[in-house]
Amino acid sequence: MLLAEGLRHSFGAVRALDDISFTLQAGQTLAVFGPNGAGKTTLLKVLAGLIQPRAGRAQIDGGRGAVGWIGHQPQLYGHLTVRENLRFWGSLYDVPAAEQSRRETDLLARLDLNAHATRPVRALSRGLVQRVAIARALIHDPRVLLLDEPFTGLDRTAAEEFRRLLAEQAADGGGRVTVLVTHNVEEGTELATDVAFMRAGRFAELAPRAGRGAVAIADAYRRAVTGG
Amino acid sequence: MWRHAWYLARKDLLVEFRSRTAILSAVVFTVLVLMVFNFGRDPTAVAAVDLAPSILWVTFTFAAMLALNRAFQLELENQALDGLLLAPVSRSSIYLGKLIANLVFVATVEAVGLPLFALFFNVPILHVLGPLVAVIALATVGFVAVGTLFSAMTARTRFAELLLPVLLLPFMIPPLIWAVLATAALFAGRPLSEATGWLRLLAAFDIVFVMLAFVLFPATVNE
Repeated sequence: MLLAEGLRHSFGAVRALDDISFTLQAGQTLAVFGPNGAGKTTLLKVLAGLIQPRAGRAQIDGGRGAVGWIGHQPQLYGHLTVRENLRFWGSLYDVPAAEQSRRETDLLARLDLNAHATRPVRALSRGLVQRVAIARALIHDPRVLLLDEPFTGLDRTAAEEFRRLLAEQAADGGGRVTVLVTHNVEEGTELATDVAFMRAGRFAELAPRAGRGAVAIADAYRRAVTGG
Repeated sequence: MWRHAWYLARKDLLVEFRSRTAILSAVVFTVLVLMVFNFGRDPTAVAAVDLAPSILWVTFTFAAMLALNRAFQLELENQALDGLLLAPVSRSSIYLGKLIANLVFVATVEAVGLPLFALFFNVPILHVLGPLVAVIALATVGFVAVGTLFSAMTARTRFAELLLPVLLLPFMIPPLIWAVLATAALFAGRPLSEATGWLRLLAAFDIVFVMLAFVLFPATVNE
């Protein structure tokens, strides 16, 4: 379970989060849409515990170890191979050796990375690097996924693959909690069980997706964020 | 804590072994500085043994700075630092891992630099090798401990490579003075007891600043 309660944070005079509250249960995926500077990344960082909010609290069952983060930066070491990166991150999460090996094999196969396992990350294309970043985020089998503009830099095919994988992950093993933030309504709608529109640090709207498609969500987003 | 620190240190050393950028720069820098000092001095004016301790420590200090600069720059590549902070690893483990990697790195540069120094300046070091290594080890732990902390503080600033020496050098003055004095006593063939006072001061500096760095490090990496 993920709980956010009365989150407030600011950077100097800029209010990044202003009274954000929500609760997500296993299997729920919240897509947060908002323009640049709305406070989306700050929200994710506060949820992850990377930023201490000025007020309110964020709580994740299982703590930091239960979080998997996928952002537009892959958090990988370019001079290490794909497998070495996965081993390193797995070791920080105390994944047992046998389990680590099993997950590596599984993730490399599912993400079609077997042919690249022994190549240094810096030699891979942007799309492949993003796939490795996904494997890195999933190597410790996190119960909560925090996704920060994860489609940035991916071509249409890679983005489609990634969306499919995220949908699988959201439903996998009794369900994960997922929070996806993006400025692009097209990208996250299909994955979401709930949607929020964010403007100037506030949720202008937070509601279940209720079967709405990208077009309906885009209309609602425009009304909520621009007032148009 | 030690296990995670070791994983981090091993990763840093592996990355450095693969890229060889900082270690090569530091070694080349060491060789160049020693050569410049060797050919630039007038041996009839000042005896090598009088000049040697200062040159040794100036060389090691600035070579170490190159290593310290890269310690956290590596983590900014692809925002890996956020990944480290997100992992269920204590901040102290991250500091300890960086400290171990930096110590290995600087020790490697010093291991290359010391024989070259003896060769260029014709200073006999074999008969004082044990105490000399103790001086180098104690001084290195002190400035690498402080340097690792400041490297974390400055890594996310725009002028990290400029800021690090500006912040670090004032803190390095006391241990450097003690290291130079201890080294001078050893090279001059004075009894070991004359250097033990400096060694004690270096050890005290290490204990105080390693502890302080452990306490302060979490505040330097939190947003």
